Amino acid sequence: MGLFNFKMPEHFIIMNNPLIIGAWISIILVSVGIVFFVTKYKKWGYLWREWFTTVDHKKIGVMYILAALLMLFRGGFDAILMRTQLALPDLKVLDAQHYNEIFTTHGTVMILFMAMPFIIGLMNVAVPLQIGARDVAFPVLNAASFWLFFVGAMIFNISFVVGGSPDAGWTNYVPLAGSDLTPGVGINYYLWGLQIAGIGTLATGVNFFVTILKMRAPGMTLLRMPMFTWSTLITSIIIIFAFPVLTVTLAMLTFDRLFGAHFFTIDAGGMPMMWANLFWIWGHPEVYIVILPAFGIFSDVISTFARKRLFGYNAMVISMVAISGLSFIVWVHHFFTMGNGPWINSVFSITTMAIAIPTGVKVFNWLFTMYKGRIETPAPMLWSLAFIPNFLIGGVTGVMLASAPADYQYHNSYFLVSHFHYVLIGGTVFGCLAGMYYWWPKIFDFKINERISKWAFWLFVVGFNLCFVPMYLVGLQGMPRRVYTYGEHMGWTTWNFVETIGAYLMGVGFMLIVWAIIYSILHEKRDRSGDPWNGRTLEWAISSPPPHYNFSRMPSRVTSADPFWDAKKRGETMFDENEPLKPIHMPNNDGMPIVLSGFMFIAGFGFVFEWLLIGFIGLLGVIGSMIWRSFKDYDADHYVQVDEIERDQAELKAALEGRS
Amino acid sequence: MLPLRNGAWKWLAVAGMMMAILSGCEPVKMGVLNPKGPVAQKQYDLIIWSVVLMSVILIVVFVLFVVILVRFRASKLSKDYEPPDVEGNTFLEIVWTAIPVLIVVALAVPTVTSTFDLEKSPSPNKKPITIEATSAQWKWIFKYPEQGIETVNYLKIPANVPVRFKLSSHDAMNSFWIPELGGQEYTMADMPMFLWLEADKPGKFIGRGNNFSGRDFAKMEFTVEAKKQSDFDSWVDHVKKTAPKQSEKEYKALLKPGTVDLKTYSSYPKSAEVKEPNHGGMEHGGMDMDHSKMKHEDMEGMEDMPGMDHDKN
Amino acid sequence: MASSSVPKGTPNFPEYQTEEGRLKIFGFWVFLAAEVVLFSTLFATYLVLADRTAGGPTGKELFEVKDFMIETMLLLTSSFTCGLAVLEMRKGNKKGVFIWMIATLAMGLGFLGMEISEFVAYVHEGATLQTSAFLSGFFVLVGTHGAHVTLGVVWISLVLTQVAKRGLTPMTCRKLFIGGLYWHFLDVVWIFIFTAVYLTGLI
Ligand code: HEM
Ligand SMILES: [Cu+2]
Repeated sequence: MGLFNFKMPEHFIIMNNPLIIGAWISIILVSVGIVFFVTKYKKWGYLWREWFTTVDHKKIGVMYILAALLMLFRGGFDAILMRTQLALPDLKVLDAQHYNEIFTTHGTVMILFMAMPFIIGLMNVAVPLQIGARDVAFPVLNAASFWLFFVGAMIFNISFVVGGSPDAGWTNYVPLAGSDLTPGVGINYYLWGLQIAGIGTLATGVNFFVTILKMRAPGMTLLRMPMFTWSTLITSIIIIFAFPVLTVTLAMLTFDRLFGAHFFTIDAGGMPMMWANLFWIWGHPEVYIVILPAFGIFSDVISTFARKRLFGYNAMVISMVAISGLSFIVWVHHFFTMGNGPWINSVFSITTMAIAIPTGVKVFNWLFTMYKGRIETPAPMLWSLAFIPNFLIGGVTGVMLASAPADYQYHNSYFLVSHFHYVLIGGTVFGCLAGMYYWWPKIFDFKINERISKWAFWLFVVGFNLCFVPMYLVGLQGMPRRVYTYGEHMGWTTWNFVETIGAYLMGVGFMLIVWAIIYSILHEKRDRSGDPWNGRTLEWAISSPPPHYNFSRMPSRVTSADPFWDAKKRGETMFDENEPLKPIHMPNNDGMPIVLSGFMFIAGFGFVFEWLLIGFIGLLGVIGSMIWRSFKDYDADHYVQVDEIERDQAELKAALEGRS
Repeated sequence: MLPLRNGAWKWLAVAGMMMAILSGCEPVKMGVLNPKGPVAQKQYDLIIWSVVLMSVILIVVFVLFVVILVRFRASKLSKDYEPPDVEGNTFLEIVWTAIPVLIVVALAVPTVTSTFDLEKSPSPNKKPITIEATSAQWKWIFKYPEQGIETVNYLKIPANVPVRFKLSSHDAMNSFWIPELGGQEYTMADMPMFLWLEADKPGKFIGRGNNFSGRDFAKMEFTVEAKKQSDFDSWVDHVKKTAPKQSEKEYKALLKPGTVDLKTYSSYPKSAEVKEPNHGGMEHGGMDMDHSKMKHEDMEGMEDMPGMDHDKN
Repeated sequence: MASSSVPKGTPNFPEYQTEEGRLKIFGFWVFLAAEVVLFSTLFATYLVLADRTAGGPTGKELFEVKDFMIETMLLLTSSFTCGLAVLEMRKGNKKGVFIWMIATLAMGLGFLGMEISEFVAYVHEGATLQTSAFLSGFFVLVGTHGAHVTLGVVWISLVLTQVAKRGLTPMTCRKLFIGGLYWHFLDVVWIFIFTAVYLTGLI
């Protein structure tokens, strides 16, 4: 240790396995390919101007979702590898070390670098439009959030090929993850990847909290907000209260590993179980951060395609608030088996079970939204419908896990694995997909192809159940999670084989979704009119894609939680067309976020390898970028003039007429 | 293309499958659903009760779901059917808040009573035996302080006698689990804990480390044999007579990361005994640290740190 | 970010005059809420680890009453002068702003100087981050606060250069005001450190 230490780890470039060599080859090919084509078609300027420096929430949202799909692919690939290894007893597809790395990266990538950005991407795409705002409260900060997430994800992902992946699980329990038992850079990658992305997420929480509270269109009271906006507001609050805990926890383990502190060590008074506490004080709220927005999406989608108002709007809001409150007082259920004593276990069993009550209320309200409705089933609705039974299975098994004495028998077994996949896939992933299908024709001017999507849907959902129902059973048969192999004598073979078949079906389902997107980009019918689903909320009242300032006039007739639907019923639009157009104040593009994040990458990389000098240079760069930006702050916005708005409107009109 | 119209039936099929599985029709003759002792039995009863309660919810929701989907599909409705403009129904909403509350109460009560029961010996009027189970990367070490012997990677216990396991770890945290005999508990380096188990009858079971502990975690399986007390005693005698003594050096070597075969020792060194932790300085008088004191001083956000009041038995 | 009309009930102060100013001030309050959580976590950890001294020095042996009392006085007084600077800012008195803010920064630097020498002294007595869980908790909690103060000093100095160049505009006033909020917040955190770490440590 020391400022000028540049010691190389034993294996800097990892090349010890055909898989990794394959990864290397594809990374190099893809990077060279991208650089080649972007240069050939002279697109660097375009990319820089339109994407890298953008502060437009819609584009940032698209980048988030793109990154999330990429990470879904990475995490999914990990999953397929794991399932292949476990298909039969004593297989040697992966050795123990690789298996351990892969389940660690799978979990971390899926929760932090897939679910989170997917959700945040959808928030970016939809929330400002839903509340009638022209951007988020802090557009530059928003861009910084994205680039920080991106850098965090990149740092985490390169661990695979440079230096070695973390291998102590996404929960990263100490003392295993301490430097005594796991030296090397893997765990450092975990710490810094999460730290950097986490700071971005915290900024997102602050940003959306302020945006939603302060920037709603006239008439949109809190109790007229679309349910997705409500869920975003509540999620933002959870983020603000939970993520600082993660920041501190990661920092403390970093101090342990890099500077020899004793927060979590076995010796010198350190307290390993403090990690479990702190991790889950963040971690349990975190799982609600990724589920509540999905609830919001389902509420909006279900009421849209049942052609009916959301049943029990107020109850939906109250239950969401209740869930968010409870989510902070249940964390001990993740370690009932850590000797907490009967009192603590009893209390936390009860608080955990209590979460099922507001959740149950929501399920019934969704059902009764559809009752007497007129149910149509395009792709977004299909995913929402599939959510109800699948999530319920996850939910009821959650309640079973909440019973501490019974959890002594389920804990850390495949039963638990199945529970959280039912809620995370059946809830979060289905929700993200529903949201993506739903808002796609808002961000772009076409839908995703229905026919291919239905195939994808059925393959995925059937595969999902095939994969995870048997996990409940092998869990009860005593199969622990995180084993890289098992013996024939355990009798788990049949179910494991079925699981693997299910996993492959899900993989095919995912590939079909990607294919549906590509196919639709090439062939799907274009429609810029902006209301493809016969929508109910503000975002459908403007064209698709919306102009970069979203609303040329502010919506002025928000009289209910379904303002656009009601306006259509009354034969009105959302806008007062007689109101003269006014110049619109918009933020300029900004290069600071990506530069700052670049420095953050340098810092993160330096600290991962414990090259402190490089780490500190990176941090100085981060602070320097902020200072630079602070001096530029005085010239960071512009007005969109009326003639430009009129030009946009004329162009849209021509496009719409040309179509009909 | 898969016709969507059949979707509802597919769901019904999936639902049926789930029901079958969750209600235990499926023959799962091992592990948790095959209790072989009073602790496992108690947990098994609780599990079955929770399955029953959860099935009620599952059935209600699945039936409603299917019925609503079948009844109100747009393609089944007349062209001019307009959904009514309702906002909610307070009575219904109270009903479906109250029912989950009742179900939760029905589960919470036995949960709490079992939680307290499991802290105590399953057979208070029988004399228990104590066994120290220590996990190390990647093996299990069992010490029998009353007999003075030690085994590695296999465990023998007297049947029909409550066993008080004293759990600890040499390095990474693990979890000590014999599904047929009862639920697991963590093994930790800085805090020994206790777990009561008992086997009704002689028999053989598989136990294992259940909390990921590094490279060869998957290999941390051990066999458990419950023997009649007399057989157990003669096994102990046999070990004492035939097995080698364990030297300090051998014990240290055993603790090094790696996997090992079954081992048996007729003694173990004093240094191998599981010690109580001492994190404070001399001036705190060593052992008598009172963690509970700190709980009241904590700041907002985290009222307490569960996991600290060990040794409650 | 459109409307620039000032909503009813908004204080008639320069920092609140623009929509952007109002949003940023509100946003900063929210950020401070996150900071409260961050410090709460550090405090909780510290308190859990406080008597895990592992045979190393204890707080009682290390803490010097005189030193931490002076540190406390410096920071409290600086919070007061910072408040005066904001009042001068609202009066549009640039010179007053500079006088009081520079006084604030000077006391902040004094505080930092003392804290650093305190840390150095501890290290010489063999009490380092690596000694015990108690000291890890101590250095990271107090050090995080110290790092925040450092950042505050740098930041407010930079804002002052902007004020020097551009005068007291709604924008520079907003930056000053937020800097002030931050400074007061750090003062409050210090009071908790003073009580929970130093005073409690003496007992
Ligand atoms: C009815 C609501 C729920 C209840 C009662 C519940 C209960 C539980 C309990 C008791 C555990 C710990 C079990 C153990 O470790 O032995 C657990 C684990 C978990 N739950 Fe849930 N849960 C619920 C909903 C959710 C939701 C909505 C999500 C996420 C979207 C979720 C994600 C997870 C994850 C990721 C884990 C395991 C993490 C790990 O150990 O790696 N749960 N749940
Ligand atoms: Cu949880």
